[in-house]
Amino acid sequence: MWAFINKLRSPKWFYGISARLQPWFWAAALILIVTGTIWGLAFAPADYQQGNSFRIIYVHVPAAFLAQSIFVSLAVTGLVFMVWKIKIADMAATVMAPLGAAMTFVALFSGAVWGVPTWGTWWMWDARLTSMLILLFLYLGVIALRGAFASRDSASRAASVLAMVGVINIPIIKYSVDWWYTLHQPATFTVTGRAAMPMEMWLPLLIMVLGFYSFFIALTLMRTRSEILRRESNKRWVRELAEEAN
Amino acid sequence: MRPKRKQKLFMALGLVSLAAIAVGLTLYALRANINLFFSPIQIVAGDAPYERQLRAGGMVKEGSVRRNPDSLDVEFTVTDYVEDVRVHYSGILPDLFREGQGVVVVGQLQRDGYIKADQVLARHDENYMPPEVSEALEAAGYSPADYQAKAAEVAERVEQRDRAGQN
Repeated sequence: MWAFINKLRSPKWFYGISARLQPWFWAAALILIVTGTIWGLAFAPADYQQGNSFRIIYVHVPAAFLAQSIFVSLAVTGLVFMVWKIKIADMAATVMAPLGAAMTFVALFSGAVWGVPTWGTWWMWDARLTSMLILLFLYLGVIALRGAFASRDSASRAASVLAMVGVINIPIIKYSVDWWYTLHQPATFTVTGRAAMPMEMWLPLLIMVLGFYSFFIALTLMRTRSEILRRESNKRWVRELAEEAN
Repeated sequence: MRPKRKQKLFMALGLVSLAAIAVGLTLYALRANINLFFSPIQIVAGDAPYERQLRAGGMVKEGSVRRNPDSLDVEFTVTDYVEDVRVHYSGILPDLFREGQGVVVVGQLQRDGYIKADQVLARHDENYMPPEVSEALEAAGYSPADYQAKAAEVAERVEQRDRAGQN
């Protein structure tokens, strides 16, 4: 365990291991998302009430999952950076935040498009929608804080603190539909417990969720690698790497 | 773990716990305001204001929808299976509007006890199924699981009404 943490201290080690892991996650993401999209859009049955508009679920739910998971990741990497000063954690947090903001936007946008035919409105200030909008602003705050400081260390610490405090919003998003009366319905897709949809609708959704997570991991590995090169550009191993490439 | 790191870890966790307590207390104080709508129980108990914009939510009672064939006027009853509230509306209803469907009504509660609605929104529950499955379910009456879920919901609402009555 300690050996692993000590290895994480070395960006060079991470640069090597991520190169080996990355292709597997890209392949998994490609296969799962293509399979899930075709299955969900063409072969899964339509809903008895909503008809085909229910198929938005195959983008909406994975995006919303990822939006929340990435924010939890930001908080965890923020804590690791603050306490153990592991630089890789901060680099990962830097590259994860824009993807999280994008996923939050996708969840909000697909939800609005879905809301028009089903609910009769694209926006309502209910607890679920509002807490999700707050999540988008938290992401934008984290990204803005990183750009607002001249010193990288202060910027990283400020962004970490905001991520750690902002993570309180995540359980609020998750339980908003159970704690309060909302327009948004309670969760359909759960990993544990009985799903509120039959297998032929649930399975493509599971595939899409796994595909989105693979995409997130692959993209984060790739972008962390470029972040390592950017920040360690004056280190000897990076210079040697560049010379080898020439 | 080095003492300095331990101190930092506790500081970070302390900060997060304090923020969580602050947010938790705020949400607890605002709990009634965060609810998107009043249930018919709350309206009948007199919790809802008269002639001010409010939202009411519940199910459209089976057999309660009366349409005026010459205009867009429609009347229906919103129920939580314990209490009922009558709604008058004039306009286009969302596609999912039907008897037995969850709805949120935006409008004003009149002194006569009905709601004059400006907008009707359909709620959707978390269950999705293909049309064949729903037809089979209907042909069989109800599935036992659905029946139990509904019974539990009604029991909870009765309890809520009793509590509202005590206050």
